[in-house]
Amino acid sequence: MDAAGTIGLAVAGLALVCLLALPLVSLLVRVPPGALLERWRDPAVVNALRLSLVTSAASTAVVIALGLPAAWFLATTTFPGKRLLEVLIDLPLVLPPTVAGVALLAAFGRAGLAGSTLAALGVHLPFTTLGVIVAQAFVAMPFFIGATRAGLAEVEQRYLDTAATLRTPPGAVFLRVMLPLAMPSLLAGTAMSWARALGEFGATITFAGNMPGITQTMPLAVYIALQSDLDAAVALSVMLLLLSLAVLLVLRLAPLGLPVTVPRAHRPTR
Amino acid sequence: MLTARLAERRGGFNLDVTLEAGRGTTVLVGESGAGKTSILRLIAGLDRPDRGRIAVDDAVYVDTDAGVWRPAWARDIGYVPQDYALFPHLSVRDNVGFGLRSMGLARRVIGSRVTDAIGLLGIAELADRRPGTLSGGQQQRVALARAIVLDPRVLLLDEPMSALDLQTRRTVRAELRALLGRLPCVTIYVTHSPIEALLLGDQVVVLERGRVAQAGSRDDLLRRPRSRFVAELIGTNLFVGRVGRTLAGVTALHTADGDLVIADGPTAPSGDPADIFATVHPNEITLHRERPEGSAQNLFAGPILEVVPETPAGERVRVVLGTTPVLVAEVTRAGVTALGLREGMMVFATFKATGVRLYS
Repeated sequence: MDAAGTIGLAVAGLALVCLLALPLVSLLVRVPPGALLERWRDPAVVNALRLSLVTSAASTAVVIALGLPAAWFLATTTFPGKRLLEVLIDLPLVLPPTVAGVALLAAFGRAGLAGSTLAALGVHLPFTTLGVIVAQAFVAMPFFIGATRAGLAEVEQRYLDTAATLRTPPGAVFLRVMLPLAMPSLLAGTAMSWARALGEFGATITFAGNMPGITQTMPLAVYIALQSDLDAAVALSVMLLLLSLAVLLVLRLAPLGLPVTVPRAHRPTR
Repeated sequence: MLTARLAERRGGFNLDVTLEAGRGTTVLVGESGAGKTSILRLIAGLDRPDRGRIAVDDAVYVDTDAGVWRPAWARDIGYVPQDYALFPHLSVRDNVGFGLRSMGLARRVIGSRVTDAIGLLGIAELADRRPGTLSGGQQQRVALARAIVLDPRVLLLDEPMSALDLQTRRTVRAELRALLGRLPCVTIYVTHSPIEALLLGDQVVVLERGRVAQAGSRDDLLRRPRSRFVAELIGTNLFVGRVGRTLAGVTALHTADGDLVIADGPTAPSGDPADIFATVHPNEITLHRERPEGSAQNLFAGPILEVVPETPAGERVRVVLGTTPVLVAEVTRAGVTALGLREGMMVFATFKATGVRLYS
């Protein structure tokens, strides 16, 4: 490589580091650890943090419960209009979150399409904790379905065929072969959708509002704190950063008992 | 006893076979695309035939006329796929115990049966290893153990040697032969290798483009090939024709490619419409550069297509001739040198009437 190329690459790398790492480092150096610990005792912070953990865990559970069958179906079936359906499932990825919030209001709000039906059943979504979970699940779903579908589709048919010849009915083949082999993708999808749910702001504030202890999750608390006290906002942000990092590390580095690479030494020659 | 009558049309490929296999090893042999793997997948229940019936003893697995279909997991079979397909996320022990667990057996029973199976195949010391860390030969044993631990009534082996290197193949062949001889089940062994077919098959079924070209015992196949494909497989020359009249002590066999002079008393009476088969062993054929003198011999002319030294030492050489029909001659290396044989050269091939072996 010539000198100009080397310099160009170095400049681009430096710019990337500034863009990605500098803000995170700045967050960490701005708050002394003592001040951070003090914030832990603030009931408003504790409430927001607890709410964030509960709602993101709940929405991730919803995402897995609804997304796994969908991912399996998309990975194993072909039907007319499948591409279109996949695009629709991916829509929340590109939809501005506030638009998602408005759409949820239009569907489940008091005057929404399904709002009165839900109300008759005693279910109230807007401006409730349940609404926060719905908003998070709505925006996080495509992350899980996308990664999981890809992982399930990659499981080679020969493993499924062989399992079937070993007295194993289809449901057990899914649980004992397909799911374990797709587990890395499944965990990656879970981590991404959980992270998306934890960071959710726009759809939540639009659909569920900003009520401390009920719908005010950490990202909302950060935004509110920012109006009056930059240091408080930074402290909350650091907590959120550390929390995200911890969960990501657990999910991505956990010993899964899986081989790093699936051997495909002997391909059939037919 | 396995009986299978199968018809399937997929793309340009037509499969239409009837098989019967009893206890012991039945080898399905044929070239790529002959339909070997398709048949195994149909018996295993991984594919459905367009039409057909598969039964093992009194259990009917498929009968398209009667609307019977038993899925793969409900069939009493063991299947070793070509690439073994060991589950990469499970240890050797859990791979072998996979099917037993699906049958809902007690943990203790599974443990002891798995231990027996991996002991039988000499892989007990690999029990806790992952498939990705095993050699090809070891993977093959695990796949075999995983199938036979189920005590299946039918064991299906799809090209079990193809993933092994040549050196491993030789030792594994002998071991596999001993193992298969001890199993009480019907074994269907698929291969494209004539050597494996003749070494392992109690019965051999030769497949050609989705059809059974010949089925019979190993000896029957060696002594009485009934199609050009089988003859080529075992390395001899085959003619098919009808016996003509005997004139002045000379009998003719009328074939599609002209008449042969034969000496043997024909097994079928003259004029019998049934086909008579004739083989000429390659070492009965003599090659000449010039048209030979004399007339009471069978004479063919054509270019040399291939000159192939035979293993092990190349002392004998196979010469493939572009005659009609194509003939294979076996000559010594000295003979090749003396005649100056090389590809493309025009030669004359002769064999005596007594060199023709006839059967109906």
